[in-house]
Amino acid sequence: MTETRQDPTTYAIEAVDVHRVYRMDGAEVRALRGVSLGIREGEYVAITGPSGSGKSTLMHLLGALDRPSSGRLLVGGRDTAKLDDAGLARVRGSEIGFVFQSFQLLARTTARDNVALPLVYRGVGRAERRARAQEALEAVGLAHRLTHRPTQLSGGEQQRVAIARALVGRPRLVLADEPTGNLDTANGREVLATLERLNRERGVAVVIVTHDAEVAARPPRLIRMRDGLIVADGADGPDIAGSAGSAVSR
Amino acid sequence: MKPWEALRLAAEALRTNRLRSLLTMVGVVIGVAAVVVLVAIGGGAKAEVEHEVEGLGSNIVFIVPGKFQFGTTPSLSPLRLADLRLAAQVAGGDADVTAVVDSGEQITAGQNSYFATVQGVTQNFDVVFNRPVTEGSYLTSADVTTSARVVVLGANVAATLFPDEDPVGRTATIDGVSFRVVGVAAQQGSAFGVTQDDDVDIPITEAQVLFNVGTVQSIEVKAPDPGSIGPISDRIVSGLESEYPGVQFSAVTQSQILGTIGRILSLLTLVLAAIAGISLLVGGVGVSNIMLVGVRERTREIGLRKALGARQRDVVLQFLVEAVTLTAVGGVIGIALGLGTSAAVGALSPLPTQIAWWSPALAFGVSVVVGVVFGVMPARRAGRLDPVTALRTD
Repeated sequence: MTETRQDPTTYAIEAVDVHRVYRMDGAEVRALRGVSLGIREGEYVAITGPSGSGKSTLMHLLGALDRPSSGRLLVGGRDTAKLDDAGLARVRGSEIGFVFQSFQLLARTTARDNVALPLVYRGVGRAERRARAQEALEAVGLAHRLTHRPTQLSGGEQQRVAIARALVGRPRLVLADEPTGNLDTANGREVLATLERLNRERGVAVVIVTHDAEVAARPPRLIRMRDGLIVADGADGPDIAGSAGSAVSR
Repeated sequence: MKPWEALRLAAEALRTNRLRSLLTMVGVVIGVAAVVVLVAIGGGAKAEVEHEVEGLGSNIVFIVPGKFQFGTTPSLSPLRLADLRLAAQVAGGDADVTAVVDSGEQITAGQNSYFATVQGVTQNFDVVFNRPVTEGSYLTSADVTTSARVVVLGANVAATLFPDEDPVGRTATIDGVSFRVVGVAAQQGSAFGVTQDDDVDIPITEAQVLFNVGTVQSIEVKAPDPGSIGPISDRIVSGLESEYPGVQFSAVTQSQILGTIGRILSLLTLVLAAIAGISLLVGGVGVSNIMLVGVRERTREIGLRKALGARQRDVVLQFLVEAVTLTAVGGVIGIALGLGTSAAVGALSPLPTQIAWWSPALAFGVSVVVGVVFGVMPARRAGRLDPVTALRTD
């Protein structure tokens, strides 16, 4: 797994004037009110904001778990708003890797088979799945934990298994939702270091959603959200700054 | 997702909740086993009846007065022994014709006695009803014409009356009249407690004297081949009807008896199997219920799988295959249980059983269908879960 997808001229994900409106008990909740941003191949970004700011909703949209109510959301150049459920699932399976706060590993399944899980839905055969899962576990420093079950692993190890799972499908983008939220400081740092190393070595874009200021300060680009809008985007490209600015001005 | 991956997942899930899976299967197991056992008993009964009727000899027609119907008592017979000659005449030389008068009587020899069906018959009854003798010889035409007091014993009667000696030449008493034993018929086995082994045969002329009757109950004709059964019985019936104006006669063939009994037994089997099938239905509802519980328990797992690229139909497939695996395994256990029970019933009870090749196959098929039918709803519910909501579930 030494290939890189890094191509700084294209976006791994691009959101253009994205709105997301929920109906909850008859009331309309406008979780996102016009968000535009682009995340380039190989970029390392943090999204932060208070609860209710829309950062989780944005993460679900970026991860193709959900579709925008309006606006365009392009993953690898494809507009998710136009995809059916199967199409969205395919995007999730091949373009995105998820890392969750609570790890979300299958309890009765070995580390290796947990990591191999996304490949099941891509029709990869068992032997190849295991080989690739083993490779991914080696990349996160868990080569010695292949057949351990989650309960036999520490929290930090579990999260590294989850990172290996996010990477095994060679996605464009890894979305990490509070990846250190359930970990102590030392384990949290190690998990972040692992993510950063893989971002560097493999050129996979990494987006960390967090409200932990210390975590949010690590990536070169920080996007702040409030009330369903991007209020600050520490992006380094003028086009992105521009689109973020237009979102704010709406 | 490939189907066998779903199968592997299903096996894993069922292993994880071993007790729950087993308990869920119970309904299907019992339903399938009951269907297999009842079909086996029904099939056994049918085979036994067929065997029994065939044992009477082939191509036999029973000529009886009145309109033949199951469940009605036979009409009083106007038939006399002389009509036998008429029947034999119109039947043609190739057919064997005999007649029967019978009565249940106590037959004794020394200290031993037996309640036997004493039937007055003609000398060719053994040919018509396929009743070979193992010792001595059968009744002769001279015995019939002279009303000789001779008797051929059924195998059970001979064994009871003369346990330690050769019965041929000995004397047995029926109704105070002494008969000389001239032969013993071969053992023929029983069905439903009815057996020719309990019969004793005496000349029909002597039987009429003994029972004080002037008539015969029925005339039996053995046709030379199945094709001539119809024409021969038509000729006899019309001959008798012109002899006895105003009396109706019926010809009952073996295949009619077989057909009627077979239809009754098939219907009975079907009804019993359908009742057993209800338990399959109940078992299916149980499967549905447990699958719904499973979907709820594994909501987060479903959300995760979807986040990792599972499509709706992958999740539906996973849970559907799990439900079908559950009922199919239940079906296999039920078939094994049913076959074992059928064998035990056949061996330990008077009920005969016969396994039809199609009944385990059908039972397995039905259990798979039950899995699909009752698995679809929970599986679709799982497939429709929204990954975002599912992942938030605790």
